[in-house]
Amino acid sequence: MPDRLIVANGLLIDPAVRIEAVRDVLIEDGKISAVAAGLSRKSALKGAPVIDAKGKWVIPGLVDMHVHLREPGREGDETIATGAKAAARGGVTTVLAMANTEPVSDSPSQLAFLRAKARTDAAITVLFAGAVTIGQKGEQLTEFAKLRAAGAAALSDDGRPVMNAGLLRRALEYAKDLGLLVIDHCEDLNLSNGSCVHDGPEALRKGLKGAPWAAETVHVVRDIALAELTGARLHIAHVSAAASVEAIKAAKKNGVQISAEASPHHFALNDKEIPGYDSNWKMNPPLRGAEDRLALLAGLADGTIDAIATDHAPHGCAAKALDMDFAPFGVIGLETSLAVALTDLFHKKILTRRKLIERLSSGPAALLGLKNKGTLAPGADADLVVVDPDAAWTPAAPFFSKSRNTPFVGRRLKGRALTTLCAGRVVHAL
Amino acid sequence: MAASFKQNPPTDLLKGRTVSFLFSEPSTRTRSSFEMAAKRLGADTLSFSASGSSLAKGETLLDTFLNLQAVGVTHFVVRHERSGALEDLAPLLKASVINAGDGAHEHPTQALLDLLTLRERWGSFKGKKIVILGDIRHSRVARSNLFALKKLGTKVVFCGPTPLCPDDFKALGAAIERDIEKALKGADAVNVLRLQLERMEQGFVPSLADYALGYQLTPARAELMKPEAVVLHPGPINRGVELASEVADGPRSVILEQVANGVLARMAVLALCEQGRSLA
Repeated sequence: MPDRLIVANGLLIDPAVRIEAVRDVLIEDGKISAVAAGLSRKSALKGAPVIDAKGKWVIPGLVDMHVHLREPGREGDETIATGAKAAARGGVTTVLAMANTEPVSDSPSQLAFLRAKARTDAAITVLFAGAVTIGQKGEQLTEFAKLRAAGAAALSDDGRPVMNAGLLRRALEYAKDLGLLVIDHCEDLNLSNGSCVHDGPEALRKGLKGAPWAAETVHVVRDIALAELTGARLHIAHVSAAASVEAIKAAKKNGVQISAEASPHHFALNDKEIPGYDSNWKMNPPLRGAEDRLALLAGLADGTIDAIATDHAPHGCAAKALDMDFAPFGVIGLETSLAVALTDLFHKKILTRRKLIERLSSGPAALLGLKNKGTLAPGADADLVVVDPDAAWTPAAPFFSKSRNTPFVGRRLKGRALTTLCAGRVVHAL
Repeated sequence: MAASFKQNPPTDLLKGRTVSFLFSEPSTRTRSSFEMAAKRLGADTLSFSASGSSLAKGETLLDTFLNLQAVGVTHFVVRHERSGALEDLAPLLKASVINAGDGAHEHPTQALLDLLTLRERWGSFKGKKIVILGDIRHSRVARSNLFALKKLGTKVVFCGPTPLCPDDFKALGAAIERDIEKALKGADAVNVLRLQLERMEQGFVPSLADYALGYQLTPARAELMKPEAVVLHPGPINRGVELASEVADGPRSVILEQVANGVLARMAVLALCEQGRSLA
């Protein structure tokens, strides 16, 4: 007798198979085994536990392709275990953890260690990126073939850009041969040099050093040229500037194998909203101007931006208590991404619910080549979220994350995850 | 001609001639085998090193050659690190100029000795398939092999990571296959190229070990070829990098046959140049 669970009566939204209808979902041994109306009334399934999702949405688990879990090296800010709990609370069932740990995840042995740790510590699926260069120093490529054999799900020096274009060219060629996705953090360090906010009137008013939008866009344009030259797939992390969106849109139209993600803080907030010198609003790239935010919304709507990713970046209170200039970059996001996306994209009619789920789940799953994620079709992993799209709530500490650095504290949000299943097991219930 | 030399070695075809060797790059096999070839044909030989000559003082290559020609040199055998270094020189000299490898351009006598070795094994070139494996980008051997084998009707497949084996080689007539197992399947021969250690520092491969994981010719991979297929390598071998020792020393290896055939092929080249001079 298989281990069974039925999620009944919910509005199933599964963009990958184009379903938006009330359906029951039968889960057997961690996989979706059937999707149909009235499954819970079948006599053969009598006695199976049922989660009633009447009046709620049932969606595939969110895939967040950009998080920092701080393990190893900074376990005081976050661990694989706490990051996974925060993810489950936010309806996220798969994350891609970036390689800028201490030490950097640039070796097969560290990848193997992290994957073993994730199997014991995390109830959700935690994937790991390997670094593009040794120590993320931008000087020498890591051993891509060995990293792939050790289970690296992608390659990225995120936290730092690959500044050397010649090196990124070789990285793209090598990654293409191996079928690995390269994710680049686009920032020309000579342009952003020493800044903490967006370079614009707000920075001038506050007397803070700003990074111009061009610091991102010149790097994006360079990366597009290299993706075209090599024919490799390249993913642009945390797009923030209108000109970058425009460049990516044109490149996609020209057939370049480029993809992009946007973070909830970038599409929901702009630099005018930063309260004083609150470093919980400091991240890299910075919150940009109102027009940049509108361009991100348009990019999310027209598909220029493929995925919503949090860039979940935990930092302890002591570090964030430093001045705006000196505090570290980054905000947490796993517990609020679904709610912010519902509030600012769905309820404000920027995205339909189907497109919303595409950006949050099936889109990033496809970019990472995860065939059994991002959908609730029979055979897929039973990663599923019951969502109340209208539940009003206000994020506040304490969080499941070890850190609390987020600009969304105190903001009224509409919609949240009620129950999160990963591989058929309840990993969060409100 | 080279094959006939194996049975009946000539003794004095180049008597009274002087063959000069100008090698601006290190060489073991090519230089010694050319020198042996010249001596077997009865020629005098004149060694010449770039570092101990006027070249080091800034004399142009052409002036150096014209002077040596005036001294009485009739054949120049030249190895140069710059691609195309000999293209402009040869027409300006009465002496024969033989390319012993120029940069990443061509190494014609290596291709000839490879052909001789393959013909002894294959009989005919038509319809055969050879895989050239490894650092194609920097290999003059790969280029000369490609052009010669294509002419003879052999299918040439280049295999290596994109940085060392760019897709643009298709335009030169090679097929490209990234997957080493697919490339070797059913092949009649594989020519394994040396991976120079400095390619890692130059960023073409992350490390020698990572390269070996994807592209080393291991015993298991070699067995994917036809049973009678052979393994060539122009030398020098980096054992355990591009080629496993078990394969280098195994029954498929014709690496030492290549070296022996090198003397014969180079004797033939020198003799043909001499015939050309006599007709002129």
